[in-house]
Amino acid sequence: MSRRIVPEAISREPWHVLVPLLALNTFGSVVLYSAAGGHLQPWALLHELHFAVFLMMAFVISRFPRDFFKQVAFPVFGTLVVLLILVEVLGKVSGGSQRWLNLGFMQLQPSELMKPGIVLALAKFYDGLPPALTKSWRAFLPAGALVGVPALLVMAQPDLGTGLAITFGAAVVIFLAGLPLAWFIGIGAAVAVAVPVAFNLLLKPYQQARVAIFLDPESDPLGKGYHITQSKIAIGSGGFWGKGFGNGSQSHLEYLPEAHTDFAFATMAEEWGILGGLFVLAVFLWVLRWGMGVSRRAPDRFSSLLAAGMTFTIFFYMAINMMMVMGLAPVVGIPLPWISHGGSSMMTNMICIGTIMAVDRWSKHGRSLG
Amino acid sequence: MFGKPQHTSSGTLSNSFDRRSVLIGGLQTGLGVLLAARLGWIGLVQNAKYETLAESNRVNLTLVPPRRGAILDRNNTQLASNRIEFRIDIIPERLVDSDATVAELARLLAFTPVQLQDLEDKLDKAHGYQPIEVTSGLDPEQYDKVLVRLPDMPGVIAQQGFTRWYPTGPSVGHLIGYVGPASAKDYEAEHNPLLVTPGFKIGKDGLEKQFEQDLRGVPGAQRVEVTASGRFVRDLEKRDDVPGKPIKLTIDAALQDFAARRIGLESAAVVVIDCITGAILAVVSMPSFDPNTFAGGISRLQWKMLNEDDHIPLLNKALRGLYPPGSTMKPMASLALQSHGVEPDERINCPGGYQLGNRFFRCDAVHGAMDMRSAIEHSCNTYFWSMAHRVGYDAIAPVAKLLGLGQQFELPGSSQRYGTVPDAAWKMRRYKQEWSAADSLNASIGQGYVSVSPLQLAVMTARIASGRNLIPSLIFGQEKLAGPALPFTPEQFAVAHDGMFRVVNGSGTGVGSKLDLPGIQMAGKTGTAQVRALTARGTVGAWKTRDHALFVCYAPTDAPRYAMSVVVEHGTFGARAAAPIARDVMTFLFEPEKAMATLAALEQGWGGTPSERVAAKYSSYVNQYGTTAPKVSDDDTVDKAIGRAANTEAPTDKSAATSWPEEPSPAPEAAPSPEPSASPAPSAMPQ
Repeated sequence: MSRRIVPEAISREPWHVLVPLLALNTFGSVVLYSAAGGHLQPWALLHELHFAVFLMMAFVISRFPRDFFKQVAFPVFGTLVVLLILVEVLGKVSGGSQRWLNLGFMQLQPSELMKPGIVLALAKFYDGLPPALTKSWRAFLPAGALVGVPALLVMAQPDLGTGLAITFGAAVVIFLAGLPLAWFIGIGAAVAVAVPVAFNLLLKPYQQARVAIFLDPESDPLGKGYHITQSKIAIGSGGFWGKGFGNGSQSHLEYLPEAHTDFAFATMAEEWGILGGLFVLAVFLWVLRWGMGVSRRAPDRFSSLLAAGMTFTIFFYMAINMMMVMGLAPVVGIPLPWISHGGSSMMTNMICIGTIMAVDRWSKHGRSLG
Repeated sequence: MFGKPQHTSSGTLSNSFDRRSVLIGGLQTGLGVLLAARLGWIGLVQNAKYETLAESNRVNLTLVPPRRGAILDRNNTQLASNRIEFRIDIIPERLVDSDATVAELARLLAFTPVQLQDLEDKLDKAHGYQPIEVTSGLDPEQYDKVLVRLPDMPGVIAQQGFTRWYPTGPSVGHLIGYVGPASAKDYEAEHNPLLVTPGFKIGKDGLEKQFEQDLRGVPGAQRVEVTASGRFVRDLEKRDDVPGKPIKLTIDAALQDFAARRIGLESAAVVVIDCITGAILAVVSMPSFDPNTFAGGISRLQWKMLNEDDHIPLLNKALRGLYPPGSTMKPMASLALQSHGVEPDERINCPGGYQLGNRFFRCDAVHGAMDMRSAIEHSCNTYFWSMAHRVGYDAIAPVAKLLGLGQQFELPGSSQRYGTVPDAAWKMRRYKQEWSAADSLNASIGQGYVSVSPLQLAVMTARIASGRNLIPSLIFGQEKLAGPALPFTPEQFAVAHDGMFRVVNGSGTGVGSKLDLPGIQMAGKTGTAQVRALTARGTVGAWKTRDHALFVCYAPTDAPRYAMSVVVEHGTFGARAAAPIARDVMTFLFEPEKAMATLAALEQGWGGTPSERVAAKYSSYVNQYGTTAPKVSDDDTVDKAIGRAANTEAPTDKSAATSWPEEPSPAPEAAPSPEPSASPAPSAMPQ
């Protein structure tokens, strides 16, 4: 609570995670520097700047007390839902799909913020739910509504990737909240049935095409399967040691699409090989392990659900993106945290980190206060 | 343990959280391992495959069209060469927005509507990857303008390359042919990627077509790094092309060009043959097309211009034009008569014609007493009619063939037509009619059914001049051995030589074209061939109805070196239209400067060299017709039109002919003539 021991406050920060994260982000900047043809502009410098700014933001977030999180959980969630609706309305007015609001100083993408937002709201919801009701419908239906509204709004944008990220993040919080396993198995079965239906009814043709091409990329190597094919060529041709910094022909000669955003991992792997890929994976697993550890050590239900949900949100980003670039998942527009260029996703992931840091502080304070 | 199993407390929830978070953690680790394994699979196991794919992405192999072999004359002067130039091509298949790209190119290159239309025509006819020449011979400034816009115009290729260049343009059009982009048919015949390489040209006609495989060479290859959109990044590796083999002709380039230019505005053919080897030194047909302007494809206006010209520029008159030889046959006939016992000194009186039965065949003049030499000198038909009637036409036809008339010669390039030396069997076969005495008379003076090509006339002259059975040849170093000796004695040849000498240097029909060279004299024979049976002489009236003018000659007379035939279509008298050309071309062989001075003066009056005149005519067509000309039909039609063009023979109505007018006597002032010259003298004798 007090500020009397500043050095100790600094030493208490989880540097064993923040330093690898800084290294990962700097590695991302190096990749973006190469992708820009050996220039800091337009991506590398900004990438590092984003990290610095949002790391500050994470520190600030980590200082907020638990009660504050609980208090703002629903208002924040409500605001984000309103913003999502606003985006939808503005999009309709301007014609075409729109995912962001121009705030003047930055472009705010409410769907990005909804990823930590839904975790926060669900943690608050289950914190307030009497344990005895956990196995009743009252534990599930309100939560379902909390997830369903934003998830459907985002998918309607249409942004399948973010929609799924929100849904999966929420599902993990619900799962960890202790709802009966049978329900998940049942829902899983229902989804298995519903997916083909949804595929035909809900997905836009371009989304359907992405899924179809994921299942058979070689069917259209120069058309819609181009992304996956070129990404695999980039990663595969890099080999173990990579082609060397600045030597990636796939990215430099523009064969690799979205080389600085969604396919930045392929750009990296082409030049740094499997070695670079293992480094990225290792940092992610280190960060995720820390996040799950924090959630297990958390002093209460709210904190542990919050930390686990935030960890999983980061994981979901990483998993889907890396599966996509390696041809294990369809092409969904999800960037790789700390490697891909992009302010919105950086902000989301640093909110997650900041929140996990906050939970970490609460558990330490809790213990020290005994 | 208190409470029922189904009772849920915060404690059980906490346990459940611990178990489930371990599961989630395990899931995350498991996926991490899966991703690492996948990374290893792609990057290690399949590394070779993806390396190949990345390399084939990055590297673009392009063929570099080989430099085409030069076509050289006997002195190694280039008749056809290559020159470096900047060019723009389009590959229609790669165009994204065809209309926009064409419009942008037209703007950058400042195309006129005619040029734009030509480009659109070519696009219409294009198939797939067959490249289309937009323009060539660009100046660097225009080239740069296009170059900077290339990234926005996929399908457009700008490059520096070699283009076929014919320094003397129209002069060699018929001799060499031309090159052009390979057609779809060419590609079907020979599935060679080189054929669809921008800038590559294939021989379309003449020698260019016949020697295609020799001239072509081996393409170079260039490996370049390209971006996904095809933009050039850098050269990686280059293999030089192997230029095609040169072809050396017996042609004398300077002579060929001089003869072509000397023809001027006439429609004519000139063939010059070396009297020692039989090598062809010049084979000219004018007017012609400029093969340089065909290289990028033939445009509407060019096609219209060539087809509308009544001088038939597409016809190679030297090899495919057929004309009655007229009196140029007389030296040949003198050999035939001698070998059948006619004494050269025997005299026949020419009363101005010849009575055959109840018909009277008119001679050109009342020549009086004629022996064989003077009959050649004055071109007296009466003498040859009487003698032919005596020995029979059957004695003459074989000699005509022996000396080359009606014969085919193996020459590369353009196909020949070999005409007719008629006889009884031929007439029966062709017209189902008996050979008549009148036919004999007509044929014996080179009229009627007789038709020969200028090449044959030149061969005939060379054989008479040299006394040897020379075979014409066109490839240098491959001169053909003379055929079996000709069955005439030197004395018999001397009579023909004397007669021809006197035509030019005595008081004959060609004295106006005597060589003005010290110590060098020319022998020759004029000829005038009727185009139609006319009641009046074909010297006036519509151009198409005028007589053909012919002249055959050789020089020097004491040791024949060069033999020549000149045929001027509708040129009226041989002495007026053909002989002066022969004189100047012959002069060029001995004193080029003197001949060039004569030519320079003439060309001033004609409006420049043939290339300049063709260019001027084209621009007048552009002004007159603009984009209204009809489309050029497909390549085949063009090939046929050029390779197979024929002059329309207008055989005279032989049976009804009662009179075969011949050469007028020379102008009275030309030489003191022992014979009365009562014929209507031509209005002007060329000097």
